[in-house]
Amino acid sequence: MSRRARLVVLAVGLALSAGVLVWGLVSVPGFGHYSGRYGRILARDTVPDRHATNAVVVTTFDYRGVDTLIEEFILFVSVVGVTLLLRTQRDEERARRAARAAEREDPETSDALRWVALGLVGPVALLAMYIVTHGHLTPGGGFQGGIVLATSLVLVFVAGRFAIARRGRGHPLLEAVHGTGAAAFAMIGFGGLIGTGVFLRNFISSGGTGLLTGGMIPLANLSVGLEVTGALLLVVTELLDQRLLRPRR
Amino acid sequence: MTDALLIVLLTGLGIGGWLVVVTREPVRQTLVVSIYGLVLSLTFFVVQAPDVALSELVVGSVALPVMLLLAIAKIREQAAAFDEEERDE
Repeated sequence: MSRRARLVVLAVGLALSAGVLVWGLVSVPGFGHYSGRYGRILARDTVPDRHATNAVVVTTFDYRGVDTLIEEFILFVSVVGVTLLLRTQRDEERARRAARAAEREDPETSDALRWVALGLVGPVALLAMYIVTHGHLTPGGGFQGGIVLATSLVLVFVAGRFAIARRGRGHPLLEAVHGTGAAAFAMIGFGGLIGTGVFLRNFISSGGTGLLTGGMIPLANLSVGLEVTGALLLVVTELLDQRLLRPRR
Repeated sequence: MTDALLIVLLTGLGIGGWLVVVTREPVRQTLVVSIYGLVLSLTFFVVQAPDVALSELVVGSVALPVMLLLAIAKIREQAAAFDEEERDE
Protein backbone atom coordinates (compact mmCIF):
# COMPACT_ATOMS: atom_id res chain seq x y z
CA MET A 1 0.00 0.00 0.00
CA SER A 2 1.45 3.34 -0.97
CA ARG A 3 2.02 6.16 1.47
CA ARG A 4 -0.77 8.19 -0.09
CA ALA A 5 -3.28 5.32 0.26
CA ARG A 6 -2.31 4.82 3.90
CA LEU A 7 -2.81 8.52 4.60
CA VAL A 8 -6.25 8.39 2.98
CA VAL A 9 -7.24 5.42 5.17
CA LEU A 10 -5.91 7.26 8.24
CA ALA A 11 -7.78 10.45 7.35
CA VAL A 12 -11.07 8.58 6.85
CA GLY A 13 -10.59 6.74 10.17
CA LEU A 14 -9.74 9.91 12.07
CA ALA A 15 -12.68 11.79 10.57
CA LEU A 16 -15.09 8.99 11.50
CA SER A 17 -13.75 8.74 15.07
CA ALA A 18 -13.89 12.52 15.51
CA GLY A 19 -17.45 12.57 14.17
CA VAL A 20 -18.65 9.89 16.58
CA LEU A 21 -16.83 11.58 19.48
CA VAL A 22 -18.38 14.98 18.77
CA TRP A 23 -21.79 13.39 18.24
CA GLY A 24 -21.51 11.72 21.64
CA LEU A 25 -20.17 14.79 23.46
CA VAL A 26 -22.95 17.06 22.17
CA SER A 27 -25.62 15.16 24.11
CA VAL A 28 -23.65 14.72 27.34
CA PRO A 29 -25.66 16.25 30.19
CA GLY A 30 -24.08 19.23 31.95
CA PHE A 31 -21.97 18.68 35.05
CA GLY A 32 -24.30 17.96 37.98
CA HIS A 33 -27.34 17.38 35.71
CA TYR A 34 -27.42 13.59 35.79
CA SER A 35 -30.61 12.24 34.27
CA GLY A 36 -30.36 8.47 34.89
CA ARG A 37 -32.82 6.73 37.17
CA TYR A 38 -30.60 4.27 39.07
CA GLY A 39 -28.14 6.90 40.26
CA ARG A 40 -30.96 8.83 41.94
CA ILE A 41 -32.41 5.71 43.55
CA LEU A 42 -29.00 4.68 44.90
CA ALA A 43 -28.15 8.17 46.16
CA ARG A 44 -31.50 8.33 47.97
CA ASP A 45 -31.68 4.82 49.40
CA THR A 46 -28.21 3.71 50.45
CA VAL A 47 -28.11 5.57 53.78
CA PRO A 48 -31.61 4.65 55.09
CA ASP A 49 -31.37 1.16 53.63
CA ARG A 50 -27.84 0.06 54.57
CA HIS A 51 -26.68 2.67 57.12
CA ALA A 52 -23.53 3.23 55.07
CA THR A 53 -22.61 6.61 53.60
CA ASN A 54 -20.40 5.54 50.70
CA ALA A 55 -22.96 4.81 47.98
CA VAL A 56 -20.24 3.59 45.61
CA VAL A 57 -19.06 0.83 47.91
CA VAL A 58 -22.62 -0.09 48.92
CA THR A 59 -23.40 -0.53 45.22
CA THR A 60 -20.31 -2.55 44.32
CA PHE A 61 -20.28 -4.84 47.35
CA ASP A 62 -23.98 -5.17 48.07
CA TYR A 63 -26.44 -4.25 45.32
CA ARG A 64 -24.25 -5.67 42.53
CA GLY A 65 -22.06 -7.92 44.64
CA VAL A 66 -21.96 -10.78 42.13
CA ASP A 67 -20.29 -8.54 39.52
CA THR A 68 -17.66 -7.60 42.07
CA LEU A 69 -17.14 -11.24 43.04
CA ILE A 70 -16.50 -12.15 39.40
CA GLU A 71 -14.18 -9.18 38.97
CA GLU A 72 -12.26 -10.33 42.00
CA PHE A 73 -11.90 -13.81 40.51
CA ILE A 74 -10.62 -12.28 37.25
CA LEU A 75 -7.85 -10.61 39.27
CA PHE A 76 -7.24 -13.82 41.22
CA VAL A 77 -6.93 -16.01 38.12
CA SER A 78 -4.75 -13.53 36.21
CA VAL A 79 -2.31 -13.27 39.13
CA VAL A 80 -2.17 -17.07 39.40
CA GLY A 81 -1.42 -17.16 35.67
CA VAL A 82 1.40 -14.60 35.96
CA THR A 83 2.88 -16.54 38.88
CA LEU A 84 2.82 -19.82 36.98
CA LEU A 85 4.44 -18.31 33.88
CA LEU A 86 7.21 -16.61 35.83
CA ARG A 87 8.00 -19.75 37.85
CA THR A 88 8.46 -21.90 34.77
CA GLN A 89 10.92 -19.39 33.39
CA ARG A 90 12.76 -19.19 36.68
CA ASP A 91 13.56 -22.90 36.64
CA GLU A 92 14.82 -22.72 33.09
CA GLU A 93 17.08 -19.80 33.79
CA ARG A 94 18.36 -20.63 37.22
CA ALA A 95 21.54 -22.36 36.15
CA ARG A 96 22.62 -19.70 33.69
CA ARG A 97 21.66 -16.98 36.13
CA ALA A 98 23.79 -18.44 38.91
CA ALA A 99 26.78 -18.55 36.62
CA ARG A 100 26.43 -14.91 35.69
CA ALA A 101 25.49 -13.67 39.15
CA ALA A 102 28.97 -13.81 40.57
CA GLU A 103 30.14 -11.23 38.07
CA ARG A 104 27.74 -8.55 39.13
CA GLU A 105 26.52 -6.73 42.22
CA ASP A 106 23.33 -4.80 42.78
CA PRO A 107 23.81 -1.03 42.88
CA GLU A 108 23.75 0.14 46.50
CA THR A 109 20.55 1.79 47.68
CA SER A 110 21.35 5.28 48.96
CA ASP A 111 20.84 6.00 52.67
CA ALA A 112 18.49 8.89 51.86
CA LEU A 113 16.20 6.62 49.85
CA ARG A 114 16.24 3.97 52.56
CA TRP A 115 15.35 6.41 55.34
CA VAL A 116 12.56 8.06 53.35
CA ALA A 117 11.12 4.66 52.43
CA LEU A 118 11.41 3.45 56.02
CA GLY A 119 9.71 6.58 57.34
CA LEU A 120 6.82 6.18 54.91
CA VAL A 121 6.10 2.51 55.65
CA GLY A 122 4.16 3.12 58.89
CA PRO A 123 2.00 6.07 57.76
CA VAL A 124 1.17 4.42 54.42
CA ALA A 125 0.19 1.14 56.13
CA LEU A 126 -1.99 3.06 58.60
CA LEU A 127 -3.66 4.97 55.77
CA ALA A 128 -4.31 1.67 53.99
CA MET A 129 -5.97 0.18 57.06
CA TYR A 130 -8.10 3.30 57.41
CA ILE A 131 -9.18 3.13 53.76
CA VAL A 132 -10.15 -0.55 54.07
CA THR A 133 -11.96 -0.36 57.41
CA HIS A 134 -13.81 2.89 56.60
CA GLY A 135 -14.61 1.81 53.04
CA HIS A 136 -18.36 1.78 53.60
CA LEU A 137 -18.35 5.25 55.19
CA THR A 138 -15.78 7.37 53.34
CA PRO A 139 -14.30 7.13 49.82
CA GLY A 140 -12.15 4.06 49.40
CA GLY A 141 -12.78 0.41 50.05
CA GLY A 142 -11.06 -2.93 49.86
CA PHE A 143 -9.54 -2.53 46.41
CA GLN A 144 -7.93 0.86 46.93
CA GLY A 145 -6.86 0.10 50.50
CA GLY A 146 -5.41 -3.24 49.42
CA ILE A 147 -3.18 -1.63 46.82
CA VAL A 148 -2.06 1.05 49.29
CA LEU A 149 -1.20 -1.68 51.81
CA ALA A 150 0.79 -3.55 49.16
CA THR A 151 2.57 -0.26 48.38
CA SER A 152 3.67 0.09 51.99
CA LEU A 153 5.24 -3.38 51.78
CA VAL A 154 6.91 -2.52 48.47
CA LEU A 155 8.47 0.38 50.40
CA VAL A 156 9.87 -2.23 52.81
CA PHE A 157 11.54 -3.91 49.83
CA VAL A 158 13.00 -0.56 48.76
CA ALA A 159 14.27 0.24 52.26
CA GLY A 160 15.63 -3.22 52.94
CA ARG A 161 17.37 -3.72 49.60
CA PHE A 162 14.92 -6.47 48.72
CA ALA A 163 16.05 -8.54 51.69
CA ILE A 164 12.58 -9.97 52.15
CA ALA A 165 12.09 -10.77 48.51
CA ARG A 166 15.49 -12.41 48.41
CA ARG A 167 14.89 -14.73 51.30
CA GLY A 168 12.48 -17.29 49.95
CA ARG A 169 11.84 -18.95 46.64
CA GLY A 170 8.14 -19.50 47.09
CA HIS A 171 5.87 -17.02 48.78
CA PRO A 172 3.53 -19.25 50.77
CA LEU A 173 2.38 -16.44 53.07
CA LEU A 174 1.46 -14.15 50.17
CA GLU A 175 -0.26 -17.02 48.40
CA ALA A 176 -2.23 -17.73 51.56
CA VAL A 177 -3.27 -14.06 51.88
CA HIS A 178 -4.23 -13.95 48.21
CA GLY A 179 -6.30 -17.14 48.36
CA THR A 180 -7.86 -16.42 51.75
CA GLY A 181 -9.08 -13.02 50.60
CA ALA A 182 -10.67 -14.43 47.45
CA ALA A 183 -12.24 -17.34 49.33
CA ALA A 184 -13.52 -15.09 52.12
CA PHE A 185 -15.57 -13.01 49.69
CA ALA A 186 -17.11 -16.16 48.22
CA MET A 187 -17.85 -17.38 51.76
CA ILE A 188 -19.67 -14.11 52.47
CA GLY A 189 -21.73 -14.93 49.39
CA PHE A 190 -22.60 -18.34 50.85
CA GLY A 191 -23.42 -16.60 54.13
CA GLY A 192 -26.11 -14.74 52.19
CA LEU A 193 -27.32 -18.03 50.71
CA ILE A 194 -27.64 -19.58 54.18
CA GLY A 195 -28.98 -16.50 55.95
CA THR A 196 -31.46 -15.20 53.38
CA GLY A 197 -31.66 -17.83 50.64
CA VAL A 198 -30.03 -15.54 48.07
CA PHE A 199 -26.32 -15.67 47.18
CA LEU A 200 -24.41 -12.57 48.34
CA ARG A 201 -27.48 -10.86 49.75
CA ASN A 202 -26.62 -8.74 52.76
CA PHE A 203 -27.37 -11.17 55.58
CA ILE A 204 -26.12 -9.16 58.57
CA SER A 205 -28.31 -6.50 60.15
CA SER A 206 -27.09 -3.19 58.76
CA GLY A 207 -27.89 -1.14 61.82
CA GLY A 208 -25.15 -0.57 64.36
CA THR A 209 -22.79 2.03 65.69
CA GLY A 210 -19.41 3.36 64.64
CA LEU A 211 -17.68 1.20 62.07
CA LEU A 212 -20.08 -1.72 62.47
CA THR A 213 -22.76 -0.60 60.04
CA GLY A 214 -23.66 -1.72 56.55
CA GLY A 215 -24.08 -5.39 57.45
CA MET A 216 -21.61 -7.54 55.54
CA ILE A 217 -20.07 -4.66 53.56
CA PRO A 218 -17.12 -4.09 55.96
CA LEU A 219 -16.40 -7.84 55.86
CA ALA A 220 -16.43 -7.77 52.06
CA ASN A 221 -14.04 -4.80 52.13
CA LEU A 222 -11.64 -6.68 54.41
CA SER A 223 -11.67 -9.78 52.23
CA VAL A 224 -11.12 -7.84 49.01
CA GLY A 225 -8.39 -5.82 50.75
CA LEU A 226 -6.55 -9.03 51.64
CA GLU A 227 -6.99 -10.45 48.16
CA VAL A 228 -5.72 -7.32 46.38
CA THR A 229 -2.75 -6.91 48.75
CA GLY A 230 -1.76 -10.52 48.15
CA ALA A 231 -2.29 -10.21 44.39
CA LEU A 232 -0.13 -7.12 43.88
CA LEU A 233 2.62 -8.33 46.23
CA LEU A 234 2.73 -11.74 44.55
CA VAL A 235 3.25 -10.18 41.13
CA VAL A 236 5.86 -7.73 42.45
CA THR A 237 7.80 -10.38 44.38
CA GLU A 238 7.70 -12.82 41.46
CA LEU A 239 9.10 -10.12 39.18
CA LEU A 240 11.69 -9.19 41.82
CA ASP A 241 12.66 -12.85 42.01
CA GLN A 242 13.25 -12.80 38.30
CA ARG A 243 15.32 -9.66 38.45
CA LEU A 244 17.10 -9.75 41.77
CA LEU A 245 17.06 -13.18 43.34
CA ARG A 246 20.46 -14.54 42.82
CA PRO A 247 22.99 -16.20 45.09
CA ARG A 248 25.03 -13.80 47.14
CA ARG A 249 28.78 -14.06 47.33
CA MET B 1 -13.38 28.11 40.24
CA THR B 2 -14.05 24.43 39.52
CA ASP B 3 -14.44 25.21 35.83
CA ALA B 4 -11.11 27.00 35.67
CA LEU B 5 -9.41 24.16 37.53
CA LEU B 6 -11.05 21.63 35.24
CA ILE B 7 -9.86 23.49 32.15
CA VAL B 8 -6.30 23.53 33.51
CA LEU B 9 -6.45 19.82 34.35
CA LEU B 10 -7.99 18.78 31.03
CA THR B 11 -5.36 20.79 29.16
CA GLY B 12 -2.75 19.10 31.32
CA LEU B 13 -4.21 15.70 30.41
CA GLY B 14 -4.02 16.53 26.71
CA ILE B 15 -0.40 17.61 26.99
CA GLY B 16 0.38 14.71 29.32
CA GLY B 17 -1.02 12.09 26.97
CA TRP B 18 1.04 13.55 24.15
CA LEU B 19 4.17 13.56 26.36
CA VAL B 20 3.63 9.88 27.23
CA VAL B 21 3.53 9.00 23.55
CA VAL B 22 6.56 11.08 22.48
CA THR B 23 8.79 9.84 25.33
CA ARG B 24 10.56 6.94 23.66
CA GLU B 25 12.89 5.74 26.41
CA PRO B 26 10.91 3.13 28.44
CA VAL B 27 12.14 4.06 31.95
CA ARG B 28 11.44 7.77 31.39
CA GLN B 29 8.12 6.86 29.80
CA THR B 30 7.19 4.96 32.97
CA LEU B 31 7.84 8.05 35.08
CA VAL B 32 5.87 10.26 32.68
CA VAL B 33 2.94 7.84 32.72
CA SER B 34 2.90 7.84 36.53
CA ILE B 35 2.75 11.65 36.58
CA TYR B 36 -0.03 11.43 34.00
CA GLY B 37 -1.87 9.10 36.39
CA LEU B 38 -1.49 11.71 39.14
CA VAL B 39 -3.03 14.45 36.97
CA LEU B 40 -5.85 12.09 35.92
CA SER B 41 -6.61 11.27 39.54
CA LEU B 42 -6.66 15.01 40.42
CA THR B 43 -9.17 15.47 37.59
CA PHE B 44 -11.42 12.73 39.00
CA PHE B 45 -11.17 14.39 42.40
CA VAL B 46 -12.20 17.78 41.01
CA VAL B 47 -15.30 16.29 39.34
CA GLN B 48 -16.29 14.82 42.73
CA ALA B 49 -15.41 11.18 42.15
CA PRO B 50 -13.08 10.52 45.12
CA ASP B 51 -13.42 6.73 44.88
CA VAL B 52 -12.29 6.69 41.27
CA ALA B 53 -9.58 9.25 42.09
CA LEU B 54 -8.19 6.95 44.79
CA SER B 55 -8.24 3.93 42.47
CA GLU B 56 -6.49 5.87 39.71
CA LEU B 57 -3.93 7.24 42.17
CA VAL B 58 -2.90 3.85 43.51
CA VAL B 59 -3.09 1.94 40.23
CA GLY B 60 -1.88 4.62 37.81
CA SER B 61 0.94 6.14 39.80
CA VAL B 62 2.04 3.21 42.00
CA ALA B 63 1.11 -0.29 40.85
CA LEU B 64 1.49 0.19 37.10
CA PRO B 65 4.90 1.96 37.21
CA VAL B 66 6.32 -0.61 39.65
CA MET B 67 5.33 -3.50 37.41
CA LEU B 68 6.53 -1.68 34.27
CA LEU B 69 9.93 -0.93 35.85
CA LEU B 70 10.38 -4.54 36.96
CA ALA B 71 9.34 -5.83 33.54
CA ILE B 72 11.76 -3.43 31.80
CA ALA B 73 14.56 -4.55 34.13
CA LYS B 74 13.84 -8.17 33.26
CA ILE B 75 13.78 -7.52 29.52
CA ARG B 76 17.11 -5.69 29.71
CA GLU B 77 18.68 -8.51 31.67
CA GLN B 78 17.52 -11.05 29.10
CA ALA B 79 18.80 -8.86 26.29
CA ALA B 80 22.20 -8.61 28.02
CA ALA B 81 22.31 -12.38 28.48
CA PHE B 82 21.45 -12.86 24.82
CA ASP B 83 24.28 -10.53 23.78
CA GLU B 84 26.69 -12.46 25.97
CA GLU B 85 25.75 -15.73 24.28
CA GLU B 86 26.15 -14.14 20.88
CA ARG B 87 29.68 -13.06 21.81
CA ASP B 88 30.59 -16.49 23.18
CA GLU B 89 29.64 -18.25 19.95
